[in-house]
Amino acid sequence: MTRSVQRAVRENATSYAFLIPWLLGFFVLTLYPMIYSLYLSFTDFNILQPPKWIGIRNYFIMFAGNDQFPKDQRFLNSLSVTFRYVFIAVPLKLVFALAVAMLMNQKLKLMPLYRAVYYIPTLLGGSVAIAVLWRRLFAGDGVLNMILRGAFNLDPPSWISNPGYALYTLILLAVWQFGSPMIIFLAGLKQIPQEYYEASSIDGAGKVRQFFAITMPALSPIIFFNLVMQMITAFQSFTQAFIISGGSGGPLDSTMFYSLYLYIKGFGFSEMGYASAMAWVLLVIIAALTALTFKASGSLVSYGSGE
Amino acid sequence: MKRRSLRLLHSSVTNLIIIVLGAGMLYPIAWLVSAAFKPSNAIFTSASLIPKEITFENFPMGWKGIGIVGFDTFFLNSFIICALCVLANVVFCSLTAYAFARLRFAGRNIWFAVMLLTWMLPAHVTTIPRYIIFRSFGWLDSILPIVVPKMFATDAFFIFLLVQFIRSLPKELDESALIDGCGKWGIFRRIIMPLTVPALITTVLFTFLWTWDDFFNQLLYLNSPPKYTVPMGLRLFIDSSGISSWGPMFAMSVLSLIPSFILFFSLQKYFVQGISTTGIKG
Repeated sequence: MTRSVQRAVRENATSYAFLIPWLLGFFVLTLYPMIYSLYLSFTDFNILQPPKWIGIRNYFIMFAGNDQFPKDQRFLNSLSVTFRYVFIAVPLKLVFALAVAMLMNQKLKLMPLYRAVYYIPTLLGGSVAIAVLWRRLFAGDGVLNMILRGAFNLDPPSWISNPGYALYTLILLAVWQFGSPMIIFLAGLKQIPQEYYEASSIDGAGKVRQFFAITMPALSPIIFFNLVMQMITAFQSFTQAFIISGGSGGPLDSTMFYSLYLYIKGFGFSEMGYASAMAWVLLVIIAALTALTFKASGSLVSYGSGE
Repeated sequence: MKRRSLRLLHSSVTNLIIIVLGAGMLYPIAWLVSAAFKPSNAIFTSASLIPKEITFENFPMGWKGIGIVGFDTFFLNSFIICALCVLANVVFCSLTAYAFARLRFAGRNIWFAVMLLTWMLPAHVTTIPRYIIFRSFGWLDSILPIVVPKMFATDAFFIFLLVQFIRSLPKELDESALIDGCGKWGIFRRIIMPLTVPALITTVLFTFLWTWDDFFNQLLYLNSPPKYTVPMGLRLFIDSSGISSWGPMFAMSVLSLIPSFILFFSLQKYFVQGISTTGIKG
């Protein structure tokens, strides 16, 4: 071995030394579990007995089913509940975040205070305490109904125990927490050169025109980033549905989020093979949607020339 | 003159809209705080924020918890878990970030891409095998399954945040330290770590917040009340909900939010930085 090769090897070795914890973590806590769960997804496994190979039956039960192995309607329902949640809550959240960010993107003396106040729901919203509160806000005898009864003399339903409305209380809870994308939008808006707006208003462009011709294109990478991250997070929501439905996904499975059903299957019924299959279906869905968003963004997002 | 008053009008209208909207957003939290000071039987008689009769008894009643274990244990458990997770993330995510941001080694770009992919990976794919692994170690009903993964830099978000920050530091500092005879470890410890403090504070903040509120893992791995954390303790109230426990439940809910609240308002700057740097450069 020549001296320079030796030095290169030593250089690599000392660099890799810094990476050892992460590498170990990646192999032992991420890659191996992924392969293991892929294997488990083709088995019948209740953790007490060794896994039994059953081929694609778990997946068959989810999407097809026959007389012997009937289709899992609760699975399809949880999928549809989750899709409705993600596709309503995420766009609404981003629209609110952008609207409020634009409202605040002016020379306001109290801006830092406003920004902090609007972030508070995001700061606290993921907690069990807020979920508990939400349950009481939208209960039959809850706060919202006290206001509706008192001020408008209405006879409103119990929002959380009505299958038609329960999911919307969760959507409202998600939209309420628009603080993170709002802060990201605010930082993005500050980077748009003011001259763009001045030049375009001299050319006679109105506010709406400016929004679509300047603001949207400039923010498009950020909008795209927020969309992907919020979607991935929303698909995995668990705590709020668990607490608000008392761990059941009810009423009538109307708040049965995908992760909640996975938890119930894996740890309630000990059907760990089935739950693993569900985890892989979720992975494929999220990967496909992310790829689709990436592809769509190719034509919509302008990355500019500078950065 | 006319233009100036127009601008004044415009800005006061904006301020007004922001304040009204903000007040609406905070109403639920304000109501929660006021409910904590109302007698249990008066909580659901009015939506007003000002209690007719102020009581402090909800706090000692709630603090005792339900059953044999009280919130002193729950808070202690939560703080222990958070402290260990924060420490592990600060040490191990920054080690990893330093390697990715500064060191040269074969396969760096590939590993970096792998690391970013793990950030996007839904946790569910590893949940069940990890549970089986930790069960075989005899780690169920302990804090180990929650804390130990953090010692292997499994939070890709923070690695990414720190990589971005370290990359923005001038390279000349490393080079001059190298000339002075500093090794990689010396550069990391003496130069990179002290300069990375703002990003490390962001790491501390978000690790604390997310661990404090991480209900799923606590539900999965903490199975006996003496091991319960604050969110698990709150959940006990829901399961046994009768009118009499509403007051104590809201009192403990308020207490459970205080640590996050204090951290946020004392270190607000770092929050905003953390959120916006990862967002924009992502």
